[in-house]
Amino acid sequence: MYPEDLLYSEEHEWISIQDHTGTIGITDYAQSELGDVVFVELPHVGDKLQAKEPFGSVESVKAVSEVYSPVSGEIVEVNDKLADKPEMINDDPYGNGWMVKVRLSDPAELEELFSAQEYEEYLAAKPEE
Amino acid sequence: MGDLKRTPLHGTHRRLGARMVNFAGWDMPVEYSSVLEEHRRVRQAVGLFDVSHMGKIEIRGPGAVDLVQNVTCNDAFRLSVGQIQYSALTYPEGTFVDDVTVHRLAEDHFLLVVNAANTDKDYQWISQENKFSARVENRSSAYAQFALQGPLAQAVLQKLAEWDLSQMKYYRFVRTGVKGLPTLVSRTGYTGEDGFEIYLEPAAAEALWMTLLEVGRSDEILPVGLGARNTLRLEAKMALYGNDIDHTTTVLEADLGWIVKFDKGSFIGRDALWKQQREGPARRLVGFEMVERGIAREHYPVTLGGSVVGEVTSGSYAPSLGKNIGLTYLPVKWNAVGTEFFVTIRNKPVKARVVPTPFYKRRKT
Repeated sequence: MYPEDLLYSEEHEWISIQDHTGTIGITDYAQSELGDVVFVELPHVGDKLQAKEPFGSVESVKAVSEVYSPVSGEIVEVNDKLADKPEMINDDPYGNGWMVKVRLSDPAELEELFSAQEYEEYLAAKPEE
Repeated sequence: MGDLKRTPLHGTHRRLGARMVNFAGWDMPVEYSSVLEEHRRVRQAVGLFDVSHMGKIEIRGPGAVDLVQNVTCNDAFRLSVGQIQYSALTYPEGTFVDDVTVHRLAEDHFLLVVNAANTDKDYQWISQENKFSARVENRSSAYAQFALQGPLAQAVLQKLAEWDLSQMKYYRFVRTGVKGLPTLVSRTGYTGEDGFEIYLEPAAAEALWMTLLEVGRSDEILPVGLGARNTLRLEAKMALYGNDIDHTTTVLEADLGWIVKFDKGSFIGRDALWKQQREGPARRLVGFEMVERGIAREHYPVTLGGSVVGEVTSGSYAPSLGKNIGLTYLPVKWNAVGTEFFVTIRNKPVKARVVPTPFYKRRKT
């Protein structure tokens, strides 16, 4: 459920790093809590992201959830297919459900993120709602 | 969470893996599997809802019909035994205490089914206005209530019901055995589909619920939560108390003039509604769809000509339409079909357009 090669944020985003570019999406836990995703709002190529600041939103039938960037940087690619197929976030959160690609401005921020194991421990420690 | 009320099916929902939410003080299932799939199933096959949280108020005695007539705006005299009427409890201002269904159980015996959140308020209101020596009882805990909704609802229920359901008209009820249990079955619902509501004693609720899921399996029945209940009712433009109607909105503004019967004589709210009827309400509840990308949600501001004219009262993605729709009160001079306005979504104006309602209408067979 939480691939070993990704890093995770407290706000339930994941990021995978290749060179100095990070691919960002929401975790399996986040999509499952949200339910059927019916709408996704994403930034544009060239927009600047700030770590821990919202960059977009994901909406299920019942709820709106902001998506926070785990890192700072500049958007280099956006998953436009989500506009027509937002359900890819439910079906394949770590694959076709990716949201944006970012050129990192401060790779040191990655050190503050969770490993897969740390993220699972973080989820386990969350109080039941 | 410990003091939330529970329906007789609470444990059943947990066992079925439902996600539970606090709805009007009740711990209720919002979805079992997927809101979208549950919605689709009701439109295309059949779905089973636990609506035991709805309030039930019984009014009986020689003064019963006069009391019902005085506190509601529809005409209870026109109701025959076995018939049901959509109506509203109205304040003197013509606004809503609640919207209700009125069942005439006998000449001098009525059952009002009311919104869960309003049960105590309604009971007190009716009791306070009881100048007719009628007996008013809050009987909410005496009934479990299911809704079985969808084009295959009749076929599924007929496997268990003694009454010939094909002979049952819309907004009628019968007392009939269902799997040998005494029940009241009405042809009513809150989805825009054909369907039934079943009232029975709470102790038998779980057994009948599981039996309905069992006999409905070949018809692809699913249990359905409050999430899909909301999208289904919104597509059918059925008002939700607390969102689209409340103590600040009149029955006429809510576009429910058809349940106001001025010719029936006096009732609470008649004078205010008559005045508004003659002058014409200044605003009216309309349906809209989003023209630009975005989902309107309740309380989002609505702007027209640069100024805020109201807010979204209900808004959602509409699964049967593949569009984002909603309801809002617009000033009557700007509420014609085709009128464009803006919904403020996260500080951005997003274009919407008034459309004809209901958004969804089932094909009659």
